[in-house]
Amino acid sequence: MLRFAARRLLIAVPLLIAASFLSFALTTAMGDPLAEWKLQRPRADTEIAAQYQRIGYDRPIMERYLDWAGGFVTGDWKTTVVPGNGTVEVRPEIGRALGVTLRLVLVAEILALLIGMAVGVLGAVRQYSVFDYGATGAAFVMFSMPLFCVAVILKYGGIELNNWLESIGAGRWIVTAGPPPGGFSGGVGELAYQYSGTFLLPVLSLVAIQFALYSRFQRASMLDALGADYVRTARAKGLAPSRVVVRHALRNGLIPVVTVFALNLGTIIGGAVITETVFGWRGMGFLIVDAITNKEPWMVQGWMMVTAVVIIGFNLMADLVYAYLDPRIRYG
Amino acid sequence: MADLLVPGTPGGPPGGPGQAGPGGPPDGAAGFVGVAAASQWRLVARRFVRHRAALAGSVLFAALLLFAFAGPLLWDRSLDAVHPPKVPPGGAHPLGTDRIGRDVLAGIISGTRFSLQIALVVALVATVLGVVLGALAGYLRGWVDSAVSRLVDLLLCIPPLVVTAVLARNSFTLAPSAASGGNWLTVALILALFTAWFPIARTIRGMVLSLREKEFVEAARALGASTPRIVFRHILPNTVDVIIVNATVTVAQAVLLESALSFIGLGVRRPSASLGLLINENRNEIATLPWLFWFPFLFIVLISLSVNFVGDGLRDALDPRQKRVRA
Repeated sequence: MLRFAARRLLIAVPLLIAASFLSFALTTAMGDPLAEWKLQRPRADTEIAAQYQRIGYDRPIMERYLDWAGGFVTGDWKTTVVPGNGTVEVRPEIGRALGVTLRLVLVAEILALLIGMAVGVLGAVRQYSVFDYGATGAAFVMFSMPLFCVAVILKYGGIELNNWLESIGAGRWIVTAGPPPGGFSGGVGELAYQYSGTFLLPVLSLVAIQFALYSRFQRASMLDALGADYVRTARAKGLAPSRVVVRHALRNGLIPVVTVFALNLGTIIGGAVITETVFGWRGMGFLIVDAITNKEPWMVQGWMMVTAVVIIGFNLMADLVYAYLDPRIRYG
Repeated sequence: MADLLVPGTPGGPPGGPGQAGPGGPPDGAAGFVGVAAASQWRLVARRFVRHRAALAGSVLFAALLLFAFAGPLLWDRSLDAVHPPKVPPGGAHPLGTDRIGRDVLAGIISGTRFSLQIALVVALVATVLGVVLGALAGYLRGWVDSAVSRLVDLLLCIPPLVVTAVLARNSFTLAPSAASGGNWLTVALILALFTAWFPIARTIRGMVLSLREKEFVEAARALGASTPRIVFRHILPNTVDVIIVNATVTVAQAVLLESALSFIGLGVRRPSASLGLLINENRNEIATLPWLFWFPFLFIVLISLSVNFVGDGLRDALDPRQKRVRA
């Protein structure tokens, strides 16, 4: 197991280097970061040349890459470059945004996993029941839903709810514009009120889409497990049905779902782009849309590298969890 | 094995359109029910039309295609802002007008067309690319397999939405559309080349890896067939069911991805106004002019739902182990 983990870690290193090439190529393909600045008004050639020199764009691409890569490994991730937007350090900004996004994503994914597992197991145990058809139908519809529309609908639902709460004399509970900049404060009840109001809608919009995926996986793997010989044996020797389902079938039926969960956690950081845009959370999604719109090369580059590390990390975890849960899997 | 029985066996919906497949074996003597020499595809077609949701999905999808491509002939209102603004649905503008006076129905017809064009191009390019690369990786193994697999691993490291947004950022500044009919083709190609083909390539690779060890491939090789002939004539026809199902899934996902991309303002640009862009343009008016959100939303859902139903029906119909058709 240890050797397997070490090998997987070693494979991740060249992958990360390749990812840095790819993200640098993509960042370069985004175009000249000063293109729009130059169009704002006529500027002297010397001023333009000075700006290009300041951001290092007067040098060849390969040199720029090496310069960035050297800085990246030593902790200097450069700053934003477009004049007029202020100079923002990339590394602290990404660190802050990652914290915001991880809180949102972890809560949403764990909730989605739990709901999806419950729905999937029930659907498999009562196959072709009304519940199963209902859950299958709901999952199907959620698969076909654009996430941003779900988020927008929830947001306006939240505003309506607030208006109604206000009309009956309560406060505006639902927050649709991101977590409060000053953080949360007050007693336990106060905190619970603030947290729930802030997290409810963004989490709900992510859960709505993700639970469909988990419930489908859970149902399929549970059906496989329930049809297996060892489950028949367990039933034949007279174990209680609930014990057969929980101890025999569920344990094996969990393996694919847990793997999908770990794989998904990495990709969901990109998926938070939509949710954060709609609900005004200044996390990773918000940051990348902003950076791409402003053509900030180092911000985009740093963002892609962090995301790549997170995705590779979670993929590695998925492999390890899979190897741990299923002892039949043996890697050389 | 009920599917091997000729029409007339109990179980199917009476008078269902699939009951008498065109050109099917004529009913012989009264009461004779034998094993029909129906082709694989006729069986598939029969199972497909018995799948009510799939049938409804394909009718809906055909209607959407007709709506998008023949709609302008029936509804020739101008797409430009020449109408009275902010008219609610009904009367001269069945779906209303937006805040600067564009007819929403005309906008949705054109938006549906752009969304469908993008989705179909993505599905086509991604399927061809994924199948060819996946088949070559699986059949040739060795360095080709390593190269394709590592490429997929690498491209999976960066979220597709972001790759597409970064590339689309430049494409529309470089070519501010107009003459070329907008940047929808660029967006479609980016989606196809950087995201949509991986799942197909991975699936096909896995299937080809096992198919290449089968006797019929060995026989073809012994007869001296060339590599392309073995791959494309002998192996790939065995994966056609998976390819078709994956292609439909790709269509649905491309519609959703494209609309999300246009929603955050980094996808298509006018005049390639897709459904996602229509929502994006009116996102601040959702509370005051709700029809500007709900109608494009409805059409996005209709497209992806109908395609997903078709895909689901095809998956069931193409599965030879499938014995019962889900209601």
